[in-house]
Amino acid sequence: MKKVIQFKGTGVSPGISFGQARLIRKNKNIATGVLLRNEEETDAEIERYVAAVTRSIEEVRAIISQAESMEAAGILEAQVELLNDPQIERDVFEKIRAEKKNANDAVIEVTETLVDLFRNMNDEYLSARAADVQDIGNRILNNLNDFYQAALEPFPANTILIADDLTPSDTVTLDIKNISGFVTQTGGKTSHAAIIARSRGIPAVAGCIDAMQEIGDDDPLLIDGETGEVWLHPDDELMNLFTTRQGAFQKKYDLLSALRDLPAQTHDAIPVHLYGNLGSAEEFNSLFEYGGEGVGLFRTEFLFFDKKTYPAEEGQFLFYREIALKSRQHPVTLRTLDIGGDKPLSYLSMPVEQNPFLGYRGIRVSLDQPELFLVQLRAMLRASAFGKFRIMFPMISSLEEFREAKKLFAQEKEELRKRQIAFDENIPVGAMIEVPAAAMIADLLAKEADFFSIGTNDLCQYALAADRMNSKVNSLYNPFHPGVLRLIDRTLAAAKQQNIPVSICGELASEPIAIPLLLGMGLREFSMNPAALPGIKNIIVHTSMSDARSIYTRAMQCGSAAEVISILNQTHHDH
Amino acid sequence: MITKTYTILSPEGIHARPATALVKLARQYESDISMRKNGKQVKLDSLLNILALGLKGGDKIDIVAEGSDETQAAGAIDQFFNEQLKHL
Repeated sequence: MKKVIQFKGTGVSPGISFGQARLIRKNKNIATGVLLRNEEETDAEIERYVAAVTRSIEEVRAIISQAESMEAAGILEAQVELLNDPQIERDVFEKIRAEKKNANDAVIEVTETLVDLFRNMNDEYLSARAADVQDIGNRILNNLNDFYQAALEPFPANTILIADDLTPSDTVTLDIKNISGFVTQTGGKTSHAAIIARSRGIPAVAGCIDAMQEIGDDDPLLIDGETGEVWLHPDDELMNLFTTRQGAFQKKYDLLSALRDLPAQTHDAIPVHLYGNLGSAEEFNSLFEYGGEGVGLFRTEFLFFDKKTYPAEEGQFLFYREIALKSRQHPVTLRTLDIGGDKPLSYLSMPVEQNPFLGYRGIRVSLDQPELFLVQLRAMLRASAFGKFRIMFPMISSLEEFREAKKLFAQEKEELRKRQIAFDENIPVGAMIEVPAAAMIADLLAKEADFFSIGTNDLCQYALAADRMNSKVNSLYNPFHPGVLRLIDRTLAAAKQQNIPVSICGELASEPIAIPLLLGMGLREFSMNPAALPGIKNIIVHTSMSDARSIYTRAMQCGSAAEVISILNQTHHDH
Repeated sequence: MITKTYTILSPEGIHARPATALVKLARQYESDISMRKNGKQVKLDSLLNILALGLKGGDKIDIVAEGSDETQAAGAIDQFFNEQLKHL
């Protein structure tokens, strides 16, 4: 038994594969160094170049007509465009005419310059385009030499291809049906191998630097396209891990793909909105992957942690704009700074408090230091021009607080209007309902707020006066307590009366047994950790509104959390 | 001559697919159409030149159209940046 060797790259196409390695090595293009002697020769070289380009275009077109996926065809369309590119032609002609290089050397040099230009771009996608340029350069060279690359022999089943990087033409001409994985030494998520692998559902690992030095043809390999792990000569233990992970992946993949594109609606077609709770713009990818329609709670705190001073307007603006751009015009609810004595910021004077949860936090800090709050509001407003934002104030406990925050917001809008800076004029402003008093005056708040978002975690601990981090009392913390349910119910009813939307962004929204109850209460917007979305959608599509209403009616008559939970569990298991 | 400023709204900027569409669109007009970013101006006849500008989401660019059909060309470019780009 040979020793296990582990490599670590970047997972670029999820899934687990076991198979035999096949290495693809490429010949390097070597310059000839020939210098042309006269105009006759330069004309002949130009003619040879034009003919090679024409043949190359014909070849690529032929591959396009056989391409199986839109992605592959799109990549190749761009290649035809590059082959036709007047700038490349101008550069090659210049080398032939002025520098007296032959067509081969001119193409090699122009290609090298361009490959370097792209490779050094500070953008993952564009640096991956170096492969396109290299690919068309190689193709033209092949045609100049009248040399056609011999087709690769067919692969045996379960082949894992190992290459430095795969060019677009490699990825579409490869006989892919026996390929169970890709490992490349360079490249990343946007390289061709990754794009093709994802579109075909084949696991792939990129950036696996020394793979080709250690791995030989027919060596047994195990790869995980999610974690980026590659094992050479896997042992029994690893093969067991492989089986476990493959099972888990298949289960997750089946559920995801079945649910992702399914509309979020109850069994009897009442539409529901499913949103994610995010804290950074990078999480949008997984939000969309899990079928989220937008963001019900975007926590802006990350922008403020680990800084020496309060972040300036421009830095905040760029952070929010990134969110707007990544959201692809899906709705995003931004929560203004929500901090307190439990997670103080060095540059904000936060007194040490005996009771930080009942202290200086959330909107109280913002209203106490309006000069800082206004900077955040201005940056959010400026970024609102790029997306569909809603602004939400945390820890609202009275009408006055909400009015004061809205006044500052209106003041900042007026300021931007005067300075003729673009922003979304109709941006909704809402209140987070997490203080019991706010739930009790939801009828009053609903007349002045454009929406509500219920933070059930804080609402529950405030309503029950039980800290869920304190092991002595956390058994008292229970969102199914009739008192908490009545606060939520009241908030939903008040919002309905004024016809404003309400979402729940606390953990209750992703608690499977709570879903029918919340639907019955009238909740139509759920916001949670993106990974929980498919599971919750699965429950929603299996729940009918008539069942939900009867569960709601029965639950609201219960005298204790235990009774509520027992009703919910019973109906949950009926499914 | 018509000059208009646009902000790139797609998060990934102008990649191969939208750039290809832009070159094809520019080719339909007689006018010279070019794109300018930070003082660097390139003709829209070259996909390579557009990609080499490295346009990212949020970047501002100027489009300059000059020629007999510049009004129609500018209209089509307008449509491209305001509508089509979202779907590419």
